[in-house]
Amino acid sequence: MKITQVFGLLVLLALAVGFPFIFPSPAITTVAVFTVLFAAATTGWNIFSGYTGYIALGHAAYFGIGSYAIALMCQAWKIPGGYSPFLVVPIAGLIAAAFAVPFGWIALRTRRHAFIVITIATFFIMQLMAFNLRSITEGSAGMSLPLLPASWTGSFFNVPFYYMALAILLLALITSWWVRNSKYGLGLLAIRDDEDRALGLGVRTAPFKLVAFIISAFFVGMVGALHAYFIGSIFPAFAFDALFDVVVALMAFLGGIGTLAGPILGALILEPTQQYFTIRFSNNGYYLIIYGILFLVIILLLPEGVVPTLQKFWSRVKAQGTNEKNKTLDAEMRAQGGSGLGTTKEKKEGMDL
Amino acid sequence: MTQLILVAIITGILSGAVYALMASGLTLIFGVMEIINIAQGALVILGAYLSYVLQDKFHVDLFAGLLLTMPVMFLLGVVIEIVLIRPLKRDRTMLSILVTFAIALIIEGILGAVFGTNYVQLHSWYIDSTVQIGSFYLSYIYIFGFVLSLILLGLLYLLLYRTKFGFGLRASMQNRTAAELIGIDVERVSAITFGIGVALAAAGGMAYGATSAFNPASHLDLISRLLVIIILGGMGSMKGAPIAALVMLVIEDVTSVVWSPLWANTVFFAILVIILLVRPRGLFGQLESRKQ
Repeated sequence: MKITQVFGLLVLLALAVGFPFIFPSPAITTVAVFTVLFAAATTGWNIFSGYTGYIALGHAAYFGIGSYAIALMCQAWKIPGGYSPFLVVPIAGLIAAAFAVPFGWIALRTRRHAFIVITIATFFIMQLMAFNLRSITEGSAGMSLPLLPASWTGSFFNVPFYYMALAILLLALITSWWVRNSKYGLGLLAIRDDEDRALGLGVRTAPFKLVAFIISAFFVGMVGALHAYFIGSIFPAFAFDALFDVVVALMAFLGGIGTLAGPILGALILEPTQQYFTIRFSNNGYYLIIYGILFLVIILLLPEGVVPTLQKFWSRVKAQGTNEKNKTLDAEMRAQGGSGLGTTKEKKEGMDL
Repeated sequence: MTQLILVAIITGILSGAVYALMASGLTLIFGVMEIINIAQGALVILGAYLSYVLQDKFHVDLFAGLLLTMPVMFLLGVVIEIVLIRPLKRDRTMLSILVTFAIALIIEGILGAVFGTNYVQLHSWYIDSTVQIGSFYLSYIYIFGFVLSLILLGLLYLLLYRTKFGFGLRASMQNRTAAELIGIDVERVSAITFGIGVALAAAGGMAYGATSAFNPASHLDLISRLLVIIILGGMGSMKGAPIAALVMLVIEDVTSVVWSPLWANTVFFAILVIILLVRPRGLFGQLESRKQ
């Protein structure tokens, strides 16, 4: 069982790596870049919100900070277009993480509901700053990033971005897996289930939450930086986009919040759909209506998410087999087995087997 | 300079009352149902557009038009609650944010498709003519909007504290389960509460549209201010929302006179952050109780 699942993961990885060669059309790889970027952002977001249960709806702030950080660094250090801006992407992520320290500290002084609203407010503050700090951000005129070398044309154009995005996604995924399986991650899950009791049992809840918040801001910041370089120019209203806040949360919810594979699955389903609707309907402005209806349909029909739903089905199938679930599951399946919002019930099911 | 500041304080209080109206709807909905209505801003803009249509196409006076738009928006609120909010059983707060954001997007999309993205503003004699205060001129609408807000907030107070429905509503605010146990139909209370919140948004929308130009995308700016107001006042606090609204608008107007209109919002946000550092629950908020 274990070998087949490792094999399955390797196949998935090979598919992800080989994707630009299987589908070289620029139209498809563009969507692929956006999808992988969103998968990485959602995975990062999930490390905080999925594991602690604190829903952050202001991560577009860190996305925007990452975008502006890379633009400013490229400008200040006169970095030419090409591969070198990729090296700055992790620094942009670190800058976003640095901003997350004070913001997270303030926001996490409150509990769940107020926390959600404060994260939204943080986002608006940062957007306002991008508009107002004209000497740094050039206000609504926006900033542009280094021009790409002339050799990056045609079907090759998206390829470097795709692999960079994939690298961020893999890093986020490994971090998420590590957190999920560490004592630290156990503390985060305890916070999600009952924060006061976790505190009473000796989980240092405040630093635990803050660290997870900073990690998630780091990944979202890197995604923002790469996204900015990919688009080529940034404007306050698009670098700090309220839709991003909600889309990331929606992707996690669609796939299964708090699971390892859920955020990726959510991004794989939602981002191409969104891209399609945007391209199809952007001329007449109907795409907002269609987004909205799409959101409503997903939330009302699949409130639990795809992965937990599949997981329930899977454990029912497995109950007929003879495998010992807890020992043999590899990382991905373990994440599905022990998490999701109906935690206790599913764990019990697992133990009964 | 002193006179400018004085005038800024006066306009801050007058327009703050309008924000108090919109924020009261939002905090009322949160208090009773524990859901955060991101669509409140979009509903305000919808209300503004309804008033615009009534006046532009049917020549109905803005204030008389409210007699029509408020009941319509009340019904819309009730329908939204029953069809879209009520089915959410688990993770209500979070899912309701996504649902109401989706509603906001749909409203923005429909308004954009019908009216386009150009800014519009309401017009009437009391908007275009002014009254003199000292050496400063103020549009009548500020005063009319202030009076309207006072009347509606007064009616809301009477409804909450002097009627049987109000007792049920406040009981649901304090403890949903206990309210259900003593025989209050919390579902019905919730639907009506949502309707009231949306109706207040309609009235606020008329006053908002009369004092500032708006387009379908204005709701994002509006909801950010409203959210900040209800955090500052304390989420779910009916007393906190109006006070926080007045504080915010006065600070904003004074800052734009003393410093620059560009930084008016930012100063307010900075003050919010400082207050949250000292008092995370907001001015009049209650500590969030432990998850049951």
